[in-house]
Amino acid sequence: MSTLTPSDRAQSATAAAKTKPVTNLSSVTIRFAGDSGDGMQLAGTQFGDTSALLGNDISTFPDYPAEIRAPAGTVAGVSGFQLQFSSVDIYTPGDEVDALVAMNPASLKANLRFVKKGGIIIVNDDTFVEHELKKAEYAENPLNSTALAGYHVIRVPVNRLNTLAVQETGLGAKQADRCKNFFALGLAYWLFGRPLETTLAYIEGKFAAKAPAVAQANALALKAGYNFGETSELFDHQYVVAKARLAPGTYRKVTGNEAVALGMVTAAKLAGKNLFYGTYPITPASDILHALSEWKNCGVVTFQAEDEIAAMGAAIGAAFGGAMACTGTSGPGMALKTEGIGLAVIAELPVVIVNVQRGGPSTGLPTKTEQADLWQAVLGRNGECPLPVIAAVSPSDCFAATIEAFRIAVRYMTPVIVLTDGYVGNSAEPWMIPDVSEMEPIKVEHPTQPNDPKGFMPYKRNEEGARPWAIPGTPGLEHRIGGLEKADVVGTVSYDPANHDRMINLRAEKIAGVQAAGAEYLWTGPDTGDLLLVGWGGTYGHIKEAALELQRLGLSVSACQIRYLNPMPDVIGQKLRAFKRVLVCEINLGQLRYILRANYLIDVKGFNKVRGQPLVAHEIVEAARAAMGR
Amino acid sequence: MSVAPTQVVGGLKATDFASSAEVRWCPGCGDYSILAIMKKTLAKVGADRSKTVFVSGIGCSSRFPYYMATYGFHSIHGRAPTLATGLKLARPDLDVWVITGDGDGLSIGGNHLIHALRRNVDLKIILFNNRIYGLTKGQYSPTSVFDQRTKSSPFGVPDYPVQPVSLALGAGATFVARTVDIDLRHLEYVLERAARHVGSALVEVYQNCVIFNDGAYSYVSNKEVKAENMVYIEHGKPLIYGKAADKGIRVKECKPEAVSLKDVKAEELLVHDEKAADASAAFMLGQMRHPELPEAMGVFRAVEMPTYSDLVWQQIKQAKAKQGEGDVQKLLAGTETWKVE
Repeated sequence: MSTLTPSDRAQSATAAAKTKPVTNLSSVTIRFAGDSGDGMQLAGTQFGDTSALLGNDISTFPDYPAEIRAPAGTVAGVSGFQLQFSSVDIYTPGDEVDALVAMNPASLKANLRFVKKGGIIIVNDDTFVEHELKKAEYAENPLNSTALAGYHVIRVPVNRLNTLAVQETGLGAKQADRCKNFFALGLAYWLFGRPLETTLAYIEGKFAAKAPAVAQANALALKAGYNFGETSELFDHQYVVAKARLAPGTYRKVTGNEAVALGMVTAAKLAGKNLFYGTYPITPASDILHALSEWKNCGVVTFQAEDEIAAMGAAIGAAFGGAMACTGTSGPGMALKTEGIGLAVIAELPVVIVNVQRGGPSTGLPTKTEQADLWQAVLGRNGECPLPVIAAVSPSDCFAATIEAFRIAVRYMTPVIVLTDGYVGNSAEPWMIPDVSEMEPIKVEHPTQPNDPKGFMPYKRNEEGARPWAIPGTPGLEHRIGGLEKADVVGTVSYDPANHDRMINLRAEKIAGVQAAGAEYLWTGPDTGDLLLVGWGGTYGHIKEAALELQRLGLSVSACQIRYLNPMPDVIGQKLRAFKRVLVCEINLGQLRYILRANYLIDVKGFNKVRGQPLVAHEIVEAARAAMGR
Repeated sequence: MSVAPTQVVGGLKATDFASSAEVRWCPGCGDYSILAIMKKTLAKVGADRSKTVFVSGIGCSSRFPYYMATYGFHSIHGRAPTLATGLKLARPDLDVWVITGDGDGLSIGGNHLIHALRRNVDLKIILFNNRIYGLTKGQYSPTSVFDQRTKSSPFGVPDYPVQPVSLALGAGATFVARTVDIDLRHLEYVLERAARHVGSALVEVYQNCVIFNDGAYSYVSNKEVKAENMVYIEHGKPLIYGKAADKGIRVKECKPEAVSLKDVKAEELLVHDEKAADASAAFMLGQMRHPELPEAMGVFRAVEMPTYSDLVWQQIKQAKAKQGEGDVQKLLAGTETWKVE
């Protein structure tokens, strides 16, 4: 039962028949920002949901602080949610912000630099008072100074209007104040011609049963914000972004972390096995656990271990028992799992390890994105300890990357690392829902008979170097494996020098021969040219956008986003050599650059920013132009 | 562990549980007798070799799996309980044993041991306590004696040792026992009790390291003195010890007290209750130390509680009953979709 009344519907409908001028835009980047308690994540998520359902292409970027609640009103406590919505294909949540909603002085301070010149800034006027300005460390009120001269600033008394709007519900002052994010959202909806239905339905579903007064208040605040935009003379213009031309099909919105969880469950289904997820909560990967722990009716076992080491150990134990086993974490957790990963490599068991990368080193920046764990993934274990590494390029690609990892893990009997990052993990985009029945099953064979006249040989390999996945419970195949070096074929402990050399090489050859189970790279532009932008992981959208912009400027630029980081396909070398210059764009100091130089002896250069933020497309454009001298 | 009739494989002898691997422990090592009695016990309870898995960490103790003709995993230092937990969760049908030592299980692996016991994962954890680090050649361990001289403590161990039985009871283990490597009949009794227990079981075995800590347990292994220095605890029986069975344990002011049976009445003696829900009395028994008191040998605690894998799989079963069998395609669609024509 919607709380949208008939008169509301009429009002919404007449939004189109407005007296205020309406401008059509192909894309808009909006950022909601406020204190951590202000509900900006919810406002942004709702705006994104509404826009996606309207048919826009969307890309979101939640930007949270690390603390649960930093001192109210400070810059440290600012929480932001940015999204780009469009009628054209977009690949990023936007470089520059077209419209900033700043709920307090601190959020203005923290986000002003992202707003484009002439951009719209809606400020919550009621919070620009002395004590709030002081907390945000403003010496003077920026609204009264020339600091905001180049922007279109609209001062809205959000707090007062919100309190008035929800008065009739009888909620106390604090609770009433918490509705102000819906007021701001309603206003933003009016500004960009979005309907209220989706959010009204959300409010109903979430609050009506347990807290009807809150449900009523939120709905009132939403409508009040919308109506304010419509009636107030402060707003003289509306903007409309039409539907995007997405390929026909059925869509949903998905974040990278959701896509990883869905990929895991789907992989288990494709293999006809139960999923075992061993993990320990860590930002920004915990949402994978939250999602999987709900899906018990799919036979998913989630094991919240006592620590990251136990999570990895449990995944190994489960794999030994024949389950589709996996674990998920972020950088510090990968460090803890290192010894366990080595055990999985020498035991040659299939385990998928997901690293949702974040700012490092050490505890670093838990809620900020980065991609500086590439070396750790490819190189970071004691001994010669190779394993395949795949990096997802977008939120929806996390689904495919995870399934590909399982295919490889099971086919070659090896752990596989999937790299995503905080940005891709939390960002949302529209996703055409795949049909599981059309996906290739994951073939698994557990032997039931000895594979040799002398008995079962746990390390007798097939042509691809994979050993048999014989699981406990199978009579006649009893064997023991472990972390010590083992004799070729027979698998018993061996310290023999020649054997060790042979085993080291066998394991290396097995991994070197791994065939990709999906796209090895994604390409934009012609196969030859002046400059190739290269990247990996979540920088895909920004690099692609930069390449398209450079092409629009008439420059001979292409882009290559590598998905298979180890083993890296030979074709990458060929593709790179077809360009005069190669610029590797990364959110680290040059880890892929190092690997490319080592693998192919090409003098690739780097564009590197390590700010805990996604790359900015126009900065890549500038760097590319500088590299080309154009 | 359900050593249920379905898993009884008729007519296996102890020797059928021996793998072809050459046993490489030092001659005279206490591990040999534990190995022999383990094989005997598995044969006795009718264990199915194909469904039995031994998981170990690192240490002399942890070579154990290689010598058993079952499935086995020689994993990494301290982490055996983690692999065993994942294995048991994925495969509740298997009988999973963990072989560990005082270093592997109480030092690096202490945390995992506590949590495996706390969760009541249906694992049989046999801790070979030789009060020293044997494999790395003689450093002290968390159970070494205070002020002991070792390779890494030439001036004496400055640590106070931990009591495995106390730690296990503190973690809430549903089965805790202690025995001595060369007390073959008692070792067999304890291992069989552990094998039949459903839930987590911690068995501390006083094990003699003949090379690096020889004689650490002579007070309970030497035939002349052992009867005076240890007391067998048995459910429902009073604590009586001594070569002439002339001594007993009574509790006075919440403390155990060694008494002569000449001085006290039989009714005053502490009667052991291994089924007590409250582990306080068991804890008290576990704390009794030579030479002040005889050390308790036997089953301190044996209670039944739902096991971890039972609880986890019950939730899955309930979810399926309530929501119907999961449909991955439905999961992919999520809660809100839209069509583009």
